[in-house]
Amino acid sequence: MERIIFDIAHSLAGGLVLVSFMMLYQDRLPALINIFAVQAVLLALSVAWQAYMQDAPHLYITAGIALVFKAMIIPVALHRIIKQLGIHREIEPVVGIGSTMFIGIGLVALSMVVMLRVTGHAAPVAREDLAFALSVILLGMLMMVTRRNAVGQVIGFMSLENGLVLAATGAKGMPLVVEISIAFSVLIAFIVIGIFLFRIRERFDTVDLSALDSHRGGQ
Amino acid sequence: MTPVAVLLWAIAALLGTAVMAVALSRAAVATQLVYSACAVICGVALLFLLVHLVGQPGSTTSLSLPLGLPWLGAHFRLDPLATFFLIVVDLGGAAASVYGLGYGRHETAPHRVLPFFAAFLAGMNLVVLADDAFTFLLCWEFMSLTSWALVMTHHQDKENTRAGYIYLVMASFGTLALLLAFGLLAGPDGHYGFAAIRATEHTPAVAGLVLALALLGAGSKAGLVPLHVWLPLAHPAAPSHVSALMSGVMTKVAIYGFVRIVFDLLGQPAWWWSLVVLFLGGISTVLGVIYALMQHDLKRLLAYHTVENIGIIYIGLGLALAFQTNAMNGAAALALAAALFHVLNHSIFKSLLFFGAGAVLTATHERDMEHLGGLIHRMPYTSFAFLVGCVAISALPPLNGFVSEWLTFQAILQSTNLPQWSLKIMVPAVGGLLALSAALAAACFVKAFGVTFLGRPRTPAAAQAQEVDRFSLGAMFICAALCLLAGILPGLVIDGLAPVTLSLIGDRMPVQTSIPWLSIVPITAGRSSYNGLLVFAFIAFSASLAAYVIHRFASRALRRAPAWDCGYPDLSPVTQYTASSFAQPIRRVFGDLAFRVREKLDMPPPGDIRPARFIATLRDRIWDTLYMPVVRAVNFGADHLNRLQFLTIRRYLNLVFLTLITLLLVLAIWR
Repeated sequence: MERIIFDIAHSLAGGLVLVSFMMLYQDRLPALINIFAVQAVLLALSVAWQAYMQDAPHLYITAGIALVFKAMIIPVALHRIIKQLGIHREIEPVVGIGSTMFIGIGLVALSMVVMLRVTGHAAPVAREDLAFALSVILLGMLMMVTRRNAVGQVIGFMSLENGLVLAATGAKGMPLVVEISIAFSVLIAFIVIGIFLFRIRERFDTVDLSALDSHRGGQ
Repeated sequence: MTPVAVLLWAIAALLGTAVMAVALSRAAVATQLVYSACAVICGVALLFLLVHLVGQPGSTTSLSLPLGLPWLGAHFRLDPLATFFLIVVDLGGAAASVYGLGYGRHETAPHRVLPFFAAFLAGMNLVVLADDAFTFLLCWEFMSLTSWALVMTHHQDKENTRAGYIYLVMASFGTLALLLAFGLLAGPDGHYGFAAIRATEHTPAVAGLVLALALLGAGSKAGLVPLHVWLPLAHPAAPSHVSALMSGVMTKVAIYGFVRIVFDLLGQPAWWWSLVVLFLGGISTVLGVIYALMQHDLKRLLAYHTVENIGIIYIGLGLALAFQTNAMNGAAALALAAALFHVLNHSIFKSLLFFGAGAVLTATHERDMEHLGGLIHRMPYTSFAFLVGCVAISALPPLNGFVSEWLTFQAILQSTNLPQWSLKIMVPAVGGLLALSAALAAACFVKAFGVTFLGRPRTPAAAQAQEVDRFSLGAMFICAALCLLAGILPGLVIDGLAPVTLSLIGDRMPVQTSIPWLSIVPITAGRSSYNGLLVFAFIAFSASLAAYVIHRFASRALRRAPAWDCGYPDLSPVTQYTASSFAQPIRRVFGDLAFRVREKLDMPPPGDIRPARFIATLRDRIWDTLYMPVVRAVNFGADHLNRLQFLTIRRYLNLVFLTLITLLLVLAIWR
């Protein structure tokens, strides 16, 4: 019984990493947002499972926050934004899918090596959860780096936050304050960046960041 | 109330005076009020400390206040070492405040001086009282910042702004070094209280590193070569009574920091430490005085002399370390007492000399000696007091400078008993440097006094100088009297220092006050002794006798005749010796050692009526070789890092990402 509980926790966390990989090669924004929603659902499940495992009912709140905000409100809002911006049908070329995927695999390997070595004396569940969380964080960053589109970067950032939440819930005894603050920080970041998108759009008629760069001169 | 509490109340009163000075800054009475308050507070503290020293020698009291770091609090402690240095600080503070009563009237921007003056005094007192690393560093930085504000009083002058900038950079560097030193002393567990640091054992490597950092940190504040560059810039830039405080007292607080760390906190020294300290001290004495000889700005000359005297003090401290490691505690006590005696002496006569320079500045608005001359006729009292200071700093008997340097030499003569050959060779060499510097200092003050006060006025400003007010004169005469007193009654000072050497080294010099006729005997009567009173009596007697004989038997007819005028009947003051021409022989000999001297003679061909010119250019070798590369590297780095300000968002993200990956890779490979 013990093993199955651990295995479920691991497979949920592993699922998050898998979904992160799926996000890396999406070249349409609506599909990207949908996959982000899937990741958020998986996160909610994983957090809920942690709540069950650790007998920590307050984690259900976190799971609920993840489900409501990240899996529903934010994807719906993002869908509306890209429709308003008129970029929902655009194909955003993702450069070098193959190399990006290879880098992603390297990052996952790196986070495994680092985490399993550093947390030598922690509980085994927490160790592997932390390794998965770090993978999700690194993949989110990789996505932010490789995307040219601002919406893509927003999603990369929020996927990174998912990794943080996973790490925070995987460690036993983390107070609720932290999770709520993380959830809200994501929401605030989303709002701020959303506003920025409109400002950029108003100014330059595009959300392509390379266009923004050309206005700064020098580069 | 314990003695510490009394002193803390005095410091609180000084801080209150600073606040009051801010409130009153533009009122006309502020100057008188603030300086009299400071003088009274420092005077009371000084009296209290003297009574404490006589009444309870060697006693230690401490107090902790719930300030500062929450788990640490602020600890203060009054032990013999702190008592001695507080006497130096409050003596200098009281004298400078009295001087300020007169000098401050001529200040154009009193609201920039008064608050910081009181706060600066409070800061120096606090540093000496501090008994944990956090309080010490905080007060040290407070002292640096308030003195920086005083340096920047006349910030309209470009030179002063540059001086302030260099001072700030060097002060931050020094504090950083001390911060690291205390970090190492506190160890990984972070015991910042001095009591805990004293109790822990330090490995030789850590102790050596702490010594180096203490030399850098305290040395940069004290003005040890090659960290002295800010000192001759910043000290002259401040108002003169502040220069006196910075040169006479603040450098002593830096020495206090060094003594506290090395002799008290660090435990048993290793023998090679003394080698480093002696080397730096020896270099500082000679270079300081050679630099001073080249100057013709009176205050800058005095500032360079501080470098020399700091070197002498460090020689004494180095000797004390050398003897202490070899368990020659008697000799170590002698060397430490000599160094501390010189601390007291230098604080008195350097204050006196800066007061004199300030009086000259008030009377003539001129610091450049080439524009002065003949002031002895216009300002007889100032000239006399300045002369006493010159004699004292040149280490001539019967004044106090001689006693402390003589004691240092007595300690040097003990070095033949040292077992290490490198020390056996090093110590006499340093003694040679010390002798050389004493001779050069005498030459330097012949120049300073002669060019400034003797001869004929070189400018109308010097010709119309007026004697300064009675407060300034009073402060100068108090200092001059103290120079003489410490010179003819050195036994009292040496016995006053006994608790300090007892607490730091565990031994003391022989009791001096019981020796008949006020002689002092450093080791045993058979080896050497000195009697300042006898020398003074002999000088007074022979001088009176000579004066009597001359006035009694020489012709009474006063004759005024043309001086030898080289065929030119029109004697212009320009034909006098100048400061640079006086220093030229020494510049020829030593100039290339410290400066890259270039002398250029511009002689017009016959028939051309323009004047011939002699131009000597000096470049500071230490500045060029040590500091300019750093300046260039910082500029280069800043130029190239500037590009990072103009990257695209994607590049910034990439940088963050790559940094994170690199750090993780390092972690993965290393662990």
